[in-house]
Amino acid sequence: MSTAATPAPAPRRRRRTTKLKRRQTRLAWVLLVPALAVVVFVAIYPLGKTIYQSFTDQEFLALEPAQWVGLQNYRDLLDDSIFRDAVWTTLKFTLITVAFEFALGLAIALVVNSRFRGRGVMRAVMLVPWAIPTVVAAQMWKSMLQSNGVISDAGTRLGILAHPHAWIADPATSLAAICAVDIWKTAPFVALLLLAGLQVIPGDLYEAAEVDGANALQQFWKITLPLLAPAIFVTLVFRTLDALRVFDVFYVFFGNRLGTQSMAIYAQSTIVGDGYVGYGAAISMAIFLVIALFVVVYVTFQRVVLR
Amino acid sequence: MSVATEATTHVIRPVSRSRAFWRSPIGRLVKKVPFYTLVVLIFVYCLFPFFWALRCAFTPESDLFSTPLQYVPEHPTLDNFRQAFQAEFFRRGLLNSAIVAGGVTLLSLAIGTLAAFALGRFRFRGRSFVMYLMLSMTMFPSIAILGALYTMISGFSLGPIDLPNIYDTLWSLLFTYLIFTLPFTIWVLTSFMEALPGDLEEAAYVDGATPFQVFYKVLLPLILPGLVTTGLLAFISAWNEYLFALSFIQDPDKYTVPLAITSFVGESGSSFQQPWGTIMAATIIVTVPLVALVLVFQRYILAGLTAGAVKG
Repeated sequence: MSTAATPAPAPRRRRRTTKLKRRQTRLAWVLLVPALAVVVFVAIYPLGKTIYQSFTDQEFLALEPAQWVGLQNYRDLLDDSIFRDAVWTTLKFTLITVAFEFALGLAIALVVNSRFRGRGVMRAVMLVPWAIPTVVAAQMWKSMLQSNGVISDAGTRLGILAHPHAWIADPATSLAAICAVDIWKTAPFVALLLLAGLQVIPGDLYEAAEVDGANALQQFWKITLPLLAPAIFVTLVFRTLDALRVFDVFYVFFGNRLGTQSMAIYAQSTIVGDGYVGYGAAISMAIFLVIALFVVVYVTFQRVVLR
Repeated sequence: MSVATEATTHVIRPVSRSRAFWRSPIGRLVKKVPFYTLVVLIFVYCLFPFFWALRCAFTPESDLFSTPLQYVPEHPTLDNFRQAFQAEFFRRGLLNSAIVAGGVTLLSLAIGTLAAFALGRFRFRGRSFVMYLMLSMTMFPSIAILGALYTMISGFSLGPIDLPNIYDTLWSLLFTYLIFTLPFTIWVLTSFMEALPGDLEEAAYVDGATPFQVFYKVLLPLILPGLVTTGLLAFISAWNEYLFALSFIQDPDKYTVPLAITSFVGESGSSFQQPWGTIMAATIIVTVPLVALVLVFQRYILAGLTAGAVKG
């Protein structure tokens, strides 16, 4: 690479270049050895091991060695109503949070994108929810969502609520309560990502639109949205993948209470709580497949619609 | 705009009263009211839970849920903070999290800069494969390998090497956390390395420097901002991690901060009677340094996040 600029390479020189290149290649791989070793050791090997375990009846610290059971775990999974509930809960959670985080995030980004005093402060403020550990954020909201907590109190004072409500204990509102935490923690972060996308849109496009008499709404649909599409796409993909593997908020709110488990909660409680490593591995693989399915859908969508 | 207003002043035409009002300085201020209302709403939305945690932390336990609710504590107290620090697992938790998060950050930076040097400054076959591998690793769901890691950390043999049982030790976290810090570190640092001008090392190579000297004398100082960014992000994500800590740690002496935060129980010992004042004090203790860090390094963090997300 470094010698590419030198003019008219003599034959001898060229041989030296390839030798240099070979040396560089070797050096590059040597430098990559620790990183690749880590990736193999903590990701690829465990993934293979999980796939293998999902076909066995392995239990944690079992006395007898694990037996190969073929597809039995997966067959059980299809009849497992707890798992079905967990998938359903997780899908609902994902749909609600991603939709709200995107809508709210875009709105916040558009507001903060205009030039005003205190814009820097606002950007800093928007980083705060993101920086707070999820477990801590969940604890904060858990206390706020108690029936005698501040949300019920403020709601009744403002006349929005007729009477105090136990948001987490009531099954009708528990999912909404959990979504509220995730949306609070992530919508400002989504806004920051979209803000970065907004700031690379050249300002003269809007000036030209202004001259042509386009109103604000037209400018939004014809300029902002199409040019923001790549940033939106990446943000949606990241958020969806994150939401599908949600664990922390659910655990802090419900532990592993039945009926309010996410897929990750069910996998973790099966593996660690019950010690059924084999069956838990099958659940893990199912989660992996659901996530992979979403990736495929998104990528296909991107190929078809955005290109 | 100014051209248009000049044009209208020349034509003698009755300007409606409301129009004149909107152009006056007061009118212009009023016009901004809806906008600033939105800004204030966003501000309150982002910070209210944090404010509320502060309020709870300074309110005596008996007043926490009193009716009517006190929005500002009437008898502010430091008792909750004292209570939080009295819990040994919480003090330990702060130390353990600092060790684990700090260790993981240093490890990821050390391994990550070497890899980024290779990926960002050399062209070789297999480079894009490694890049894609790292990218897919950044989206890797750690729950998918929980079972395997769970059995691996309780001792296993890799060919002739027998690995010790590290279940219920901080080592288990130190190693497994690399799965989400390292690929991200490599990905972002590589983009920093690539952004450096192409002929940068040439002079040093001509002067007979070895690649290693070029690495730490020329390149490393130049990607310092990248190291700060990725280091902070790695630290924060390790500090906040819950799933592995919950699964691999049982001994309260080895709790990390997220485990400690969820382990406070009231005097009665019942999980329904949570000591919210103490919990919120602990929450403030662990959050304030993090928030301070984020605010100080705001610019770096934003750069890292957008490099990780938008370029991905």
